[in-house]
Amino acid sequence: MPQRASDLLTLTREGLYCPLGRFHVDPTRPVERALITHGHADHARAGHGSVLATDQTLRIMATRYGEDFCERREEAKLGERMRIGDVTVFFAPAGHVLGSAQIAIEGEGGRIVVSGDYKRAPDPTCLPFEVVPCDVFITEATFGLPVFRHPDTRDEVRKLLDSVKLFPERAHIVGAYALGKAQRVMALLREEGWDRPIHLHGAMERLTALYKDEGIPLGDTPKVVAAERKDLHGAIVLCPPSSIQDVWSRKFPDPVTAFASGWMRVRARARQKGVELPLVISDHSDWPDLCRTILDTGAEEVWVTHGQEDALVHWCGTRGLRAKPLHLLGYGDDGEAEPDPAASPALEEASS
Amino acid sequence: MNDFAALLDRLAYEPRRNAKLRLLQDFFAGTPDPERGWALAAMTGGLTFREAKPALIRGLVEERVDPVLFSLSHNYVGDLAETTALIWPGPEEAPPSPRTRGEGGAPLVGGETSGSGGEGASTIETPSDKPPHPRLPPRFGDDKVVEALSPRAGRGDAPGLGHNNPPPHVPTLAEVVETLATTPKRALPNHLAGWLDALDETGRWALLKLVTGNLRVGVSARLAKTAVGALGGHEADAVEQVWHGLKPPYAALFAWVEGRAEQPENLNPAPFRPPMLSHPIEEEADLDKLDPEAFSAEWKWDGIRVQLAGGRDTHGQQVRKVYSRTGEDITEAFPDLAEAITFEGAIDGELLILREHRVQSFNVLQQRLNRKAVTPKLLEDFPAHVRAYDLLAADGEDLRTLPFSERRARLEALVTHLDHARIDLSPVVPFAAWPELAAARADPASVGAGADADAIEGVMLKRRDSAYLPGRPKGPWWKWKRAPHIVDAVMMYAQRGHGKRSSFYSDYTFGCWRDGEAGEELVPVGKAYHGFTDAELQKLDRYVRNNTTKRFGPVREVTHGHEAGLVLEIAFEGVQRSTRHKSGVAMRFPRVSRIRWDKPAAEADRIDVLERILARGEREIAPGATMERSE
Repeated sequence: MPQRASDLLTLTREGLYCPLGRFHVDPTRPVERALITHGHADHARAGHGSVLATDQTLRIMATRYGEDFCERREEAKLGERMRIGDVTVFFAPAGHVLGSAQIAIEGEGGRIVVSGDYKRAPDPTCLPFEVVPCDVFITEATFGLPVFRHPDTRDEVRKLLDSVKLFPERAHIVGAYALGKAQRVMALLREEGWDRPIHLHGAMERLTALYKDEGIPLGDTPKVVAAERKDLHGAIVLCPPSSIQDVWSRKFPDPVTAFASGWMRVRARARQKGVELPLVISDHSDWPDLCRTILDTGAEEVWVTHGQEDALVHWCGTRGLRAKPLHLLGYGDDGEAEPDPAASPALEEASS
Repeated sequence: MNDFAALLDRLAYEPRRNAKLRLLQDFFAGTPDPERGWALAAMTGGLTFREAKPALIRGLVEERVDPVLFSLSHNYVGDLAETTALIWPGPEEAPPSPRTRGEGGAPLVGGETSGSGGEGASTIETPSDKPPHPRLPPRFGDDKVVEALSPRAGRGDAPGLGHNNPPPHVPTLAEVVETLATTPKRALPNHLAGWLDALDETGRWALLKLVTGNLRVGVSARLAKTAVGALGGHEADAVEQVWHGLKPPYAALFAWVEGRAEQPENLNPAPFRPPMLSHPIEEEADLDKLDPEAFSAEWKWDGIRVQLAGGRDTHGQQVRKVYSRTGEDITEAFPDLAEAITFEGAIDGELLILREHRVQSFNVLQQRLNRKAVTPKLLEDFPAHVRAYDLLAADGEDLRTLPFSERRARLEALVTHLDHARIDLSPVVPFAAWPELAAARADPASVGAGADADAIEGVMLKRRDSAYLPGRPKGPWWKWKRAPHIVDAVMMYAQRGHGKRSSFYSDYTFGCWRDGEAGEELVPVGKAYHGFTDAELQKLDRYVRNNTTKRFGPVREVTHGHEAGLVLEIAFEGVQRSTRHKSGVAMRFPRVSRIRWDKPAAEADRIDVLERILARGEREIAPGATMERSE
């Protein structure tokens, strides 16, 4: 019997593993039983025996990988406590994308929470993050440096609308991750009063339809017809990040290249991608929110996964918290973009 | 200042020249004097003030931010000014509106989304199984640091920094420039901190770039002058003509281009003329399309392209100017060259360091460049010379429309007449057919270049009938560089890049095999950070991340040994002795010419390859030494 919450999870080749419950959390290779926090391809892969996740995450996985993405689906209802082996498990909203959840695991020694990816900023397309008090908190650190302070998303969307006003003859091509970011940008545009169509790259279509099915109003989102690109003056077009620089986007009238990502806060990152209109919109927590969340959970021990682990571990030390980096392989690494399944089919292939 | 910063920010993201021009024009048209004049001065290198050292900036930040976190951030962002601008607790971190940062909405799982511990999320909790989790108090009690680290950490429950004070005064560019020019050194940190507190993030970035003397924004002095001229339909050359004698903030210049005043009288008697550039010959086959008889050949010297301009002002005084190829006035850095400008006209040539009549390597030249203080010792140790290529004007006559052959004759006459030790002629390389020139390019020493052969980068081809056209016209001039040396080396370390490559592992230290105590071992011989495409960079970056064996801050050690490792084919221009490198050798201009994913690391080259090139190669003369002593 473990004495401490930290004994509830170990690190294996496949990722985080709970020996007492005999399941993995967000494994990067096929396993017998997987608990999945959210539908991004680096966390949710195909080929597991059984998958326990929120209904929305299961739907997202089925949309991406096909109905046979695993042998057995189990739906986790938010807040509902489940006994798995010798532990108790429940899911709580993470505020990252539709269906995203934190996974809390309890044993005799206490509670450990795997947050997956999360954010505290408001998002009209998913449930807000809820603080789950715990002994050990496993946090992401995608933007785990104090230079990352995400601005108000409304101002960023207004930047885009101002540019459309300034260049009514040019198409505005906005790179955004196909799951979550794209739909959030659409919803934010609607909030700011943009009532014209939002044109979509084909890779965004199915997931956007899924969001609409879930009752999130996104308005008119026609798919871009190749032959009509040249006529889309003053249009707002959403596409996967990898498409903003390829030939596909060059067929629009004098395109303005925009990109919605937390990385846009660093100038060099924007220039690396040839972005002319950087929009700092992120589905991850910025530095102040990472720090705040760690304190909010009351955890005495913090494990830091994918991203800028060093800085956050150091900060925890200055607050008297035990912290260690978990060098999980296979999740979005520090120098890479946020997971972008649509742009990297290899990632999806690797998982099957 | 924020407006100027916003302009710089947009320029930085704008790749198209015409769009940059448009942005500049809009700014100059819509910004009042003297603000726009100071902006023009900032972009044309016309500001003089005591620059803030990076250490000063670092010191200011570290008073506000944990130095460890700052250092990690700096490594990541790759730019001191930008890191500081991003991390500085600025005015925009005032308490946010509830909608912006509040959690909003009812909690899904009942209870409260409490931020303060065990009593929250009541339906999740069962009373029995959960010990209370009181929020830990900060152990260090250093609220200043904590506040600065996460300026909004207390959003909603604590006022932001300076909440009860009136908003700080946002400085104009004019104020900044004037203060910097007059402020004593010890007062600088306070001024700077005050401005940083008042400016927004972009403003902070621009201010820091400005005060550290690093305001490179993808706008040349020439482009800025073009934009000013365009306000009144004038060409850049017309601005260039009156530029001399104007002083920041250039009120007279703006008055003239806007038609509110006469053209400023003080015409520049020694104006800059934009240089003519060449296209590369990629392979020998390219030459087959060219007629050898139509071309004249010269060595391509490995120095800095400059222009020497001389003329008489209205008082009959000799004006002497040394310009860089982008039109920056660098006269003050080269008084030894300026002294040689006793003529009226403009010579296009190559800046070289000569010792004992021998051209020194580019490494030596670099020690003369970018020095703020030009000391007598520097002048003596690094004597600057100009090897003359062309004559653009003489005695009030513009020669640029004449064919090259005629200009060359005039140049030869002038240089002979000047008979000045600091100015000599770029010799013509005789050839009748392309193979002959190819042989000369391969071995310049055998065709009269002698000991200077190491400072030769290749050959230049100029059509005898070519007029001197500014820019890079295709056809009249060609450069044909020497084939580089090649070595196969193994990647040993990788470091994050800067600028465009920030946060990619783009700088690679590579090594060659040598005999060590425990058998053959790899020893670092150089570092390369270009030569690959962006797509290749992504693959290399991924390789580094997947094959990391150790981390040292921004540097990663990657797998290297007989069994595993990535072979990089490195092209380079030469080898020098080095005391700084463990291997004792240093390469010149190393770059990755191919990535040998296919080649086993054990088959990479041994260091002997470099030793042999060194033995053939480069001798340098110590400053002030004579040839006898150095041999």
